[in-house]
Amino acid sequence: MSWAGPDDVYLSTSLASYLDKKLLVLLRDGRKLMGTLCSFDQFANAVLEGACERVIVGDLYCDIPLGLYVIRGENVVLIGELDLERDELPPHLTHVSVAEIKRAQKAEREASDLKGSMRKRMEFLDLD
Amino acid sequence: MLFFSYFKDLVGREVTVELKNDLAIRGTLHSVDQYLNIKLENTRVVDQDKYPHMLSVRNCFIRGSVVRYVQLPPDGVDVDLLHDATRREARGG
Repeated sequence: MSWAGPDDVYLSTSLASYLDKKLLVLLRDGRKLMGTLCSFDQFANAVLEGACERVIVGDLYCDIPLGLYVIRGENVVLIGELDLERDELPPHLTHVSVAEIKRAQKAEREASDLKGSMRKRMEFLDLD
Repeated sequence: MLFFSYFKDLVGREVTVELKNDLAIRGTLHSVDQYLNIKLENTRVVDQDKYPHMLSVRNCFIRGSVVRYVQLPPDGVDVDLLHDATRREARGG
């Protein structure tokens, strides 16, 4: 990522054209952060202002407010510019409270843990 | 720098970038840098239903280190040219 001059930031791969814009940052652990880009460097380290984590579980979603976030570049997968003209999410998703999404997240995690442990127990069957 | 130069020639073409987390994004190649970070325009996710949060993303920056494959347009590869460039690079110049 080059430190491009002001005239060619829109042509370069630099994140400069995303400064002060509302972005979606996808992290390596699958988390989705949203916020306004304040600063960045050549490693894609980034500072997000007014950050929130968007949690989607099934048809439920919630934005958990986080504040000012500094993200280490190695954890960044993708930085997307949010098009404010378009709907942010498909219409079938319902907004729920933080407590509710945490509960849904926990239930999903437990279900997948259960699935994992069942699989482990059935390993002798050689299903694959 | 061979692949950097090669990708620079593909700017403006439609490519599909498959990431290490299996997310595949199709879009117009806007730019690329020496780390092979990629910027795409008019993006759409190949499996949209699985990634609802990507719906409103039109332009994006992809960190080079998370890319698994870049699928190119069929006529995007000039094999002879690439051979020559590879030999030149291997000779060191």
